[in-house]
Amino acid sequence: MIRYLASRIFQGLLVLFALYTITFFLVKAMPGDPFTGEKNIPEDVKRNMREQSGLNDPLFIQYLNYPKAVLLEGSFNYSIKKKRPVVDIIAQAFPASLALGVSALIFAVMLAIPIGVISAFRRNSWVDYSGMAIAMIGICVPSFVIGPLLQISIATHIPALRIAGWDSPIDILLPAITLGLGTAAYLARLTRGGMLEILSQDYIRTARAKGLSTSRIMIVHALRGGLIPSVAFIGPAFAALISGSFIVESIFQIPGMGQHFVTAITDRDEFLVLGLALFYGFLVVVMNLVADLLVGFLNPRVRLAELDA
Amino acid sequence: MPLLEVDNLKVRFHTRNGIVRAVDGVSFAVEKGETVGIVGESGSGKSVTCYSLLGLIPMPPGKIEGGTAMFDGQDLLSLTEKQLSKIRGKRISMIFQDPMTSLNPYLKISTQLTEPLRIHDGLGKSEALDRAIAEMDAVGIPDPKKRIHSYPHEFSGGMRQRVMIAMATITRPEILIADEPTTALDVTIQRQVLDLIKTRQEELGSAVIFITHDLAVVSEVCDFVNVMYAGRFVERAPVGNLFREPRHAYTRALQASIPALQTKGEELYTIPGRPPDLRKEITGCVFAPRCETETREQCLTDHRPELVEVTPHHWVQDCPGCLGRWAR
Ligand SMILES: Nc1ncnc2c1ncn2[C@@H]1O[C@H](COP(=O)(O)OP(=O)(O)OP(=O)(O)O)[C@@H](O)[C@H]1O
Ligand SMILES: [Mg+2]
Repeated sequence: MIRYLASRIFQGLLVLFALYTITFFLVKAMPGDPFTGEKNIPEDVKRNMREQSGLNDPLFIQYLNYPKAVLLEGSFNYSIKKKRPVVDIIAQAFPASLALGVSALIFAVMLAIPIGVISAFRRNSWVDYSGMAIAMIGICVPSFVIGPLLQISIATHIPALRIAGWDSPIDILLPAITLGLGTAAYLARLTRGGMLEILSQDYIRTARAKGLSTSRIMIVHALRGGLIPSVAFIGPAFAALISGSFIVESIFQIPGMGQHFVTAITDRDEFLVLGLALFYGFLVVVMNLVADLLVGFLNPRVRLAELDA
Repeated sequence: MPLLEVDNLKVRFHTRNGIVRAVDGVSFAVEKGETVGIVGESGSGKSVTCYSLLGLIPMPPGKIEGGTAMFDGQDLLSLTEKQLSKIRGKRISMIFQDPMTSLNPYLKISTQLTEPLRIHDGLGKSEALDRAIAEMDAVGIPDPKKRIHSYPHEFSGGMRQRVMIAMATITRPEILIADEPTTALDVTIQRQVLDLIKTRQEELGSAVIFITHDLAVVSEVCDFVNVMYAGRFVERAPVGNLFREPRHAYTRALQASIPALQTKGEELYTIPGRPPDLRKEITGCVFAPRCETETREQCLTDHRPELVEVTPHHWVQDCPGCLGRWAR
């Protein structure tokens, strides 16, 4: 188990380094630099600022400097545009995105898992067809449509709900639904598929031959294996949900991470871009690991293989 | 009165590609403690016959089109799902072909083995566990106290089939349906599993419906044999009669293809051709295209041959072509 964890952590670090490399060169390939847009700064001042930020060093030196600073000094540098440490910016914006993402995930799981399970169990019934049709709509309709729709149809009629804002806890409701709906839709289809796969297995027939009730077959015999694809999906999906959505956060005016992903790019604010990319990558790596551990916990065969490895 | 009496059972599958007449009017009876065999090639409808008795065929596409199956005064085919589930796994239980896929890989043996006792007999956890350990001991699994807490993948195929048998016999069923219980196993282990089923049957006094495509196995375990072809029984007889004087060309062909009965060095006999497509309506004798008798030209073409009793308890389909002398 310890060896397994150690090797997974090592793999994760490799992934993050690869991610850094790709992001670094993509940023460098963008035309211009953080100061290009500043019309009223004289050219020689700009040159000075570039020099200070290390942007005039040879590319290869720049490529090495960033990880060196991260590993040796624990410094993620600062945002050239905002003139604040990248860590501060993320620390300030992350809590809102985290709260929103967690709520969205809870909403998605509570909605999707029951729909998926019931659809699989009542396969080809009207429950199944309508559940899956709604899920398909949920996948297809983008959040910039759902968000305003919810604002108009719900928030305007219920006084407690505001159209946008981030002050009282209830403000999280509509954005969480907007953000979670796509995930819920995908999760419902995945759960249905996973359950159908299990329900077609020989051992479900055995369970029926033993005279077990349908609910016992569902809960004791099918759910565990049937949820494995969903659990594997929830890991990375969770990382995506909590790292902030530009669209949802803009629609509902939430001070989260989403805005930074967009502005960092348009500003060519390269250290902020790198910091955000690595932060997101870190979340994905960790959530994948958590999901894999959960899958291992659900599947005794995987569990054994891991311990042996 | 027999323990189970199936009369004129008809099962069809309504698929996109047509109607599959999987079971087309079969009748048989099972007496207390008796072993009844159903033998036939793959796809002849052996499994569907037995699954439909317990409501285990997928519906749709499956549909029971007719017949009755009287068990203890009630017709299994017209019971509700709830009434049936009280009989399934309690009074009639099943063993399946593939022990590698028939046990739930996500659940410990202890859970799976105690389940029938807990749901049917209402036993508590520890009592059920004790009974399950005793049952594992009875089917010859070594060190059951420890092994019961393992998962299926920690057992070999033979041991898993023993677990399956334990799971089926733990409620002391009146009828045990064994659907090709040895087909997926190594030859050396087949013998042990066959013996085990026989021993448990004698100890519990259960009747067994034994499904197989292997006529050699039938001769060892069965009292009475139904030979099935394309959804119908072509011959039915006590095991001695069937082997001493097989009447139908299909029975004789099956017998001829038992490796052990063939002279050494001679090429292994296999029945020519393939079983018919059950989606097509066939009016005459279904076996005609594969029949190798001298009289095969006389196989019925205008109507399906009826089962007739040629000697007491020995029934055969009355097709002049299939009853003639073997041409080989
Ligand atoms: N779910 C299903 N849908 C459609 N057709 C089916 C279904 N199940 C069985 N059949 C058909 O019913 C016929 C009888 O199948 P059955 O499984 O009873 O054969 P079998 O004699 O048990 O063969 P085997 O030795 O391969 O187990 C076959 O032609 C099969 O294709
Ligand atoms: Mg079968």
